[in-house]
Amino acid sequence: MHEESLHITPDLTVYWQSGFFKLNATIVMTWVVMAILVIGSYLITRRLSTGTKVSGWQNLLETLVTGVRGQIQAVAEQDPAPYLPFVGTLFIFILFANIMAPIPIYESPTGSLSLTAGLALLVFLAVPYFGIRKRGFHYFGSYVKPAFFMAPLHVISEISRTISLAVRLFGNVMSETMVVGVLLSIVPFVVPMVMEVLGLLTGTIQAYIFATLTTVFIAAGTSGEH
Amino acid sequence: MDNLGWIGVASLIAAGLTIAVGCIAPALSQGKAVAQSVASIAQQPDEAGTISRTLFVGLAMIESLAIYCLVISIIIIFVNPFWSAVKGG
Repeated sequence: MHEESLHITPDLTVYWQSGFFKLNATIVMTWVVMAILVIGSYLITRRLSTGTKVSGWQNLLETLVTGVRGQIQAVAEQDPAPYLPFVGTLFIFILFANIMAPIPIYESPTGSLSLTAGLALLVFLAVPYFGIRKRGFHYFGSYVKPAFFMAPLHVISEISRTISLAVRLFGNVMSETMVVGVLLSIVPFVVPMVMEVLGLLTGTIQAYIFATLTTVFIAAGTSGEH
Repeated sequence: MDNLGWIGVASLIAAGLTIAVGCIAPALSQGKAVAQSVASIAQQPDEAGTISRTLFVGLAMIESLAIYCLVISIIIIFVNPFWSAVKGG
């Protein structure tokens, strides 16, 4: 139990290995979350109704999509439609990856720096993508404001905010997992459960923060203000 | 004590100090931010949504400082580069 609970990242749990390729817990748990989200959404959206009688699941998804749309609208002050797929997917994936943590054999893949770095890299690439799509060549103009020698500083700030985006999610989830692990070896009765409940709250807030910061960065890139 | 012992002692003290000292400033500033936003919500309850959203983003920014400290102390404890160098592996 002690050995089991005190490793810092699910990268170290290797299920299958062939030469350079490893199938570790991060990859497997990511697949599990992806499968649940994709199959669940498929089953729900297979029978959508436009009438007044909607199923509870359709109601859930509609609430989720409307909520994400409203948040993007409020934060970015732009039409949310182009950003909804990207930001919404990030939010739902991180949310489910975090709140499935109390399931016994499950390990949060967001507790691995490689996964969070991958997500942050996507955000890093999405900012110029949306910026160039919206504003064309003028997007690069925001790098040389207020003067051309500021360009390196803009690049440094983009890189450092990407790193802090990755490390924030990783640090929160990993420290949560670790606190529960340490508590399990000291007081294995009720106390870890309280921390798990706190972890659900932290996980939800982290998913919200990740999505909101993504929206803020994209909005800064598309509106021309850094 | 040999080199390995000194590295162990220095690493433990440094890891503890990193997280202890490094959490002081983020804790103070988070408290300040929360206090100010609660006061603002009490004055203007209509703007509660905007204020709390801005608060969350700000808290995330402040919190990342504390998390940098956490990551540094975890690196020192679990994957200490000096320890591996002296131990020869």
